[in-house]
Amino acid sequence: MKTVLALILTVLVLWQGMIWALGLPPFLLPSPQSVAQALWLNRAEIARHAGYTLTEVVLGFVIGSALGAALAVAMGFSARLTSLLRPLLTFSQTIPVFALAPILTLWLGFDMAPKIAMTVLIVFFPVCSAFLDGLGRTPQAALDLAQVMGASRGRIMRHLRIPAALPQLATGLRLAAVYAPIGAVIGEWVGGARGLGALMIHANGRMKTDLVFAALLVLSVLTVIFARSVALAVARIWRRYGV
Amino acid sequence: MTVSLRGQAWVGDAVLFAPVDLVLETGGWTCLLGPSGVGKSTILRLIAGLETGVRFQGQVSHDLPVALMAQDAGLIPWLDVPGNVTLGARLRGDAVDLDRARDLIALVGLADRADSLPANLSGGQRQRVALARTLFEDRPLVLLDEPFSALDARTRAQMQDLAARLLAGRTVLLVTHDPPEAARLGDRILLLRETGLTEWNAPAARIPGTARPYDAPEVLALQAELMRGMMA
Ligand SMILES: Nc1ncnc2c1ncn2[C@@H]1O[C@H](COP(=O)(O)OP(=O)(O)OP(=O)(O)O)[C@@H](O)[C@H]1O
Ligand SMILES: [Mg+2]
Repeated sequence: MKTVLALILTVLVLWQGMIWALGLPPFLLPSPQSVAQALWLNRAEIARHAGYTLTEVVLGFVIGSALGAALAVAMGFSARLTSLLRPLLTFSQTIPVFALAPILTLWLGFDMAPKIAMTVLIVFFPVCSAFLDGLGRTPQAALDLAQVMGASRGRIMRHLRIPAALPQLATGLRLAAVYAPIGAVIGEWVGGARGLGALMIHANGRMKTDLVFAALLVLSVLTVIFARSVALAVARIWRRYGV
Repeated sequence: MTVSLRGQAWVGDAVLFAPVDLVLETGGWTCLLGPSGVGKSTILRLIAGLETGVRFQGQVSHDLPVALMAQDAGLIPWLDVPGNVTLGARLRGDAVDLDRARDLIALVGLADRADSLPANLSGGQRQRVALARTLFEDRPLVLLDEPFSALDARTRAQMQDLAARLLAGRTVLLVTHDPPEAARLGDRILLLRETGLTEWNAPAARIPGTARPYDAPEVLALQAELMRGMMA
C-alpha cells in the first residue's frame, strides 16, 4: 500500500513538473488539479457513464466466459472438433478484434448490444484457450485409472478433466477480466452516446481534455476493481476444490 | 476363468519381448519380475485393456473386471481420502457407499487421516489410500504395477503384509523389479527378460493371506537366486 501511494505521488509530481517545465497548455495536458476539478464537477455524469460501462463489462464478461468455457469443453470432448477449430482460434487472435467495432455497431445498433458483443469477443479467446489447454493436461495415470474403473467420457470430463483444469480456467478468467473493460470502451468509442468511452470521445471533440483524463482515471480504477473482484471470486470458489 | 496373454511385442521395428505365454494363477499372486524397460508395465497395460506405445501381436484373454494400482498412487489432489477411495463409484455413476469406504480406510489404518488431502499424506499413506481404493473397486482381478517401489524398506514390507492380507483370494498380477518382493509374495514367479518369460521354481506355499517372512532363510535364498536370474 505504501509503495502504491509513493508511486501515485511520484506520478503526480512528474506530471505537474512536466507542465511547468514545458509550459504545456491545458488542452494538451491538463494539470492534476484541473482533472480532479473536472472529476468533481462532472461526478454525476461520470458516475452515470461509468455505471453504463460497468454493466456492459459485467454482462460481456459473463457471456464471453460462459461461451468460451462451453466451447472449450465441447472441444475437449472431440478431437475432431479441436483439430478443426484450434487453427481458427489461433487465427482469430491475430485479427485485431477492435477493427470489428464499427461492423458490430452497424449490425447491432447504437445501444448496449454491440459493446457487449465487443467485450464478449475480447473475453472469449483467453478463457477458451486457457481452459482447453487445462482440459488437455489431465495426468495420464488418472485417465488410465478412470478407464479401468469403467467411467464414461462425460463423467471423466465432470469428475476429472474439468476440476483438473480449473487453475488454467482461473488464469484465463483473470486475464480476460483485465481486457474486458477495454472491449466495452472501444465499442463505446465507435457508436452511441453513453459509457465512459463515449464520454471521452465527446469531451475530446470539445477540447475538454481535463474531462477526458477524469474519465480515463475512472476507467482505470474501474478496471482494477473489476479485475481484483474476479480474481478474488475465482480464488474463493476454487478453494473448496483445493486447487 | 483363466487370465492369459500370449504374443510378442515390438517398439517400432525392435523386438520388445520374445513370444511369451503368460497364464495367471487363479486366486493367487503371480509376480512378474524383470529389469527396467523389458515391458512389464506393457504386459500389465495390455491385460488391463489400456493404450500402449508398442505393437502387440497375439491375444489377451480374460473376462474379469480389473482393478489397477501403480507406483504413483495416482490420487486425485482435490479429493480427500474417502473421495479418492470412492472415485470409481462416482466415475461410473453408481451410488457411493461411504460406510464401506470408511471401513476400508480403517482397514488400511488411515481412519484418523480421512479428512486429509493427498498432498498432506506421506508416500506410504498415499499408497494405503490407493490400496483402499483398489479394494473398494472389489474386482476379482487386481493388477499391481510396482505399487511399493517408491517406499522405504520398512514401509514397503508393511505394505506387502497389508496387501497380502487384504487381497487374499483375488487373482493378482504383481509387476516388480524387486527380487525380495517377488520372493515374499509370489505364488508363481515369472522372470521377464529380453529373451522371453521364464517360470521360476515355485517357492514353498505361502500361508494364505500373509507374505512370507522377509528374513526366513528360504526367502533370502530365493531372493539371491532371482537376483542371479536377473543378472544372467
Ligand atoms: N508409449 C510408448 N511409446 C514408445 N515406446 C514405449 C511406450 N511405452 C513403452 N515404450 C517402450 O517399451 C519399453 C517397455 O516399457 P515398459 O514400461 O513396459 O517397461 P517396464 O518393464 O515396465 O520398465 P520399468 O521397470 O522401468 O517400469 C520401454 O523401453 C519403452 O521404451
Ligand atoms: Mg513399468
